[in-house]
Amino acid sequence: MLEAANAEYLMSTHQPTINARTAPVSPALPPLRIGSFTLNSRLVVGTGKYRDYATMQAAIEASGADCVTVAVRRERLVDAEGRSILDFLPLERLTILPNTAGCFTADDAVRVSRLGREILEQLGNPGAGWVKLEVLGDRTTLLPDPVGTLEACKELVTDGFTVLCYSSDDPIIAARLRDAGAASVMPAGSPIGSGRGIANPAAIRMVIDRLKLAEQGGSAEYPVIVDAGVGTASDIVHAMELGADGVLLNTGIAHAQDPVRMAHAMRLALDAGWHTARAGRIPRKLYANASSPWEGVITHIPGE
Amino acid sequence: MRIELNGQHNELDGPATVAQLLLTLGLERAPCAVEVNAQLVRKALHHTHALAEGDRVEVVTLVGGG
Repeated sequence: MLEAANAEYLMSTHQPTINARTAPVSPALPPLRIGSFTLNSRLVVGTGKYRDYATMQAAIEASGADCVTVAVRRERLVDAEGRSILDFLPLERLTILPNTAGCFTADDAVRVSRLGREILEQLGNPGAGWVKLEVLGDRTTLLPDPVGTLEACKELVTDGFTVLCYSSDDPIIAARLRDAGAASVMPAGSPIGSGRGIANPAAIRMVIDRLKLAEQGGSAEYPVIVDAGVGTASDIVHAMELGADGVLLNTGIAHAQDPVRMAHAMRLALDAGWHTARAGRIPRKLYANASSPWEGVITHIPGE
Repeated sequence: MRIELNGQHNELDGPATVAQLLLTLGLERAPCAVEVNAQLVRKALHHTHALAEGDRVEVVTLVGGG
């Protein structure tokens, strides 16, 4: 039934059937549109927690992402090594998405958003126009504060930002954020950095349905990005199978034993999940259904 | 003149604008943003925005994050 409910928006981006004999590589996915922004990759990756900048660079490359997130922090005035992350990001081909990580009030999130925009304007990066809004409840769970997030979202939209809202996996607050002008709602699969994947798939599905199904007041074009909690590539497949338009992650790549290989795997997983969601999976059954014909068997079959 | 700079007490030699402070810190060309008393001071105004006794100044940049 869920599959049927989702058919509308999955089919809306349906691509012609792939001929496996003539398609040795996956066809390109359509770009992801978020407000006035267009991303060629539906995988957005973070730049935090890498053991060094070289690994980060290689992992971003392997992920295929053309959008990366960054945080706003105090300049280190004493121990200024002089090395900025900006020296290690190919700014000419990446859209930088500044976040408001570390903000626990709407006011702080608005301040940090403006500071991020100021820096990206100086750099001439298109990312100056948008922000990944996080207003968090506490340091232990890092779960979103829905009230603060909604408040900050409204103010940032008024201030001209394209706002991508990190949110709980709750369809009601997700619709409120969308109604407040969020260009994308980004429900958490599970807590940031937890690596627990999609903790509540039914809830993620309800968020996606609420925002994308016409019968629930949604629009197939409205982008929903699963953000946070991804621990391994199958989590991305799962998110995409549920109907997500994209996935944002950081720790799952940065803290893998081999971040570059994991980034590559995440990229493949996103493609796999995208196609799976549109290929129409078989229904789950309790009992078996033989793949080889019964007709012509020469054996004794128990019970017959 | 005493200000609070990135959460630390800081003594400036005399009157200073935001631009002069950044020059002192060697950050005049760094990609950074400045807040004075929780209000963003746009780069175009760094040369004219004079700091005052007790100002709380934040100088921030972009770092790795998720």
